Amino acid sequence: MGDAIAVRDLVVDRGGRRVLDGISCTVARGAVTGLLGPSGSGKTTFMRAVVGVQVVTSGTITVLGQPAGAPALRHQVGYLTQAPSVYADLTVRENARYFAALYGRGRAEADRAISDVGLAQAAGQLVATLSGGQRSRASLACALVGDPELVILDEPTVGQDPVLRADLWARFHAMAAAGTTLLVSSHVMDEAARCDRLLLIREGRLIADDSPAAIRAAAGVDDLDEAFLRLIRAGAAHTGGAS
Amino acid sequence: MSARILAATTGRILRQLRHDRRTIALLVAVPTVLLTLVYFMYADQPTPPGQPSTFDRIALVMLGIFPFVIMFLVTSIAMLRERTSGTLERLLTTPLGKLDLLFGYGIAFGAAAAVQAAVAAAVAYWVFDLQTAGSGALVIGIAVLDAVLGVALGLFCSAFARTEFQAVQFLPVVVIPQLLLCGLFVARDQMAGWLQALSDAFPLSYAIEALQEVGAHTEPTGRMWRDVVVVFGSVVLALVLAAATLRRRSG
Repeated sequence: MGDAIAVRDLVVDRGGRRVLDGISCTVARGAVTGLLGPSGSGKTTFMRAVVGVQVVTSGTITVLGQPAGAPALRHQVGYLTQAPSVYADLTVRENARYFAALYGRGRAEADRAISDVGLAQAAGQLVATLSGGQRSRASLACALVGDPELVILDEPTVGQDPVLRADLWARFHAMAAAGTTLLVSSHVMDEAARCDRLLLIREGRLIADDSPAAIRAAAGVDDLDEAFLRLIRAGAAHTGGAS
Repeated sequence: MSARILAATTGRILRQLRHDRRTIALLVAVPTVLLTLVYFMYADQPTPPGQPSTFDRIALVMLGIFPFVIMFLVTSIAMLRERTSGTLERLLTTPLGKLDLLFGYGIAFGAAAAVQAAVAAAVAYWVFDLQTAGSGALVIGIAVLDAVLGVALGLFCSAFARTEFQAVQFLPVVVIPQLLLCGLFVARDQMAGWLQALSDAFPLSYAIEALQEVGAHTEPTGRMWRDVVVVFGSVVLALVLAAATLRRRSG
């Protein structure tokens, strides 16, 4: 089988600044992997690199057995950008149908993707008239509509109400159970507990790569937030760095 | 390229246009309003014997220039919106080919331009009694080709703009020199040599010459067909250059 994603010594510079500094990790197939870290830690850059839209300074990224960004992967990878990237001057349904068509899917799949993200009621509405949370779900529907093998979701649950958030996470786990690999970023620690495995990034470096339970055990605390804090402090003491 | 994805993309762009009623109204009405201005500007000008009236000469050229300028602007902004809204980056992670997107814009806005040119030509011929030796259908056909030229140059130029502010600056840079030197203000063969050379390098000069050929001859001339081929070649070249500037990876 192999891993869905294998990253080795990934270094990315943006605007003269080192954003990712030597990251190596793997993401298992058929599971939900959480990419956690504060804003500005490099989560989005990491995801862009995996999708193959980021210019990489050095290192290798293998996605589903191919180099990241390989043409064949465009049929197999669904990507949700952090800012909703859908057409504001089209309806939710028109957006979903367009992205469905790009993946060779039909209207039925488009309608299913819309109801999966809880937007069936708003399907005929122009995206420009939706709330921020609805807009980001419309964008999510377009990322899922091609039924991709690997789904990269950049902060998919920001601004969603708690019930919807629970629904979306249940949906992610159902997809994983059916064999889809999900890499989901978040800066909210209570979402970390919902993941099968966690990658914690801080200032462009990977500081934890384990299951939530193992991370809690290693830090000796039940609260993940506290566990991460201890990991960060331990890491800082170890490397002698500031903060 | 894929026929299915190209058709879906063309349909998507036309659907966006359909939701924007005000833009449709502007696209259809503006050339007609401008033609009306031109008509009354020259209504009392004497016509030199044995020559086309000034209105006939100017209006014919305007039928090609309006779609070119309008589609250049509309396309630059539309493509810039794809960039700034993040949809372009997302599209480039899907099976969509670069040429699917660029030809999608060319076809969709070309179709919009066909409607625009047909309405403007109908008004010019039937309301303002425009006289051309050749057929009105050829005039409309060349006007649509001019519009597609505007689309192709707009797609290419939008690669060099980061914001809408910058994008509109390309209008004076790209469009106005072509307007000045296309032969509308001073006949091309009466210009200084270096201006003629510039004029020869601009695709709009050939588009305008093709229209003037239709105005002066009852049958399509060899020169007209050559001009059409040059404009068509410029369109293809601009689209290929535009595709080359679309990068899937960015910094």
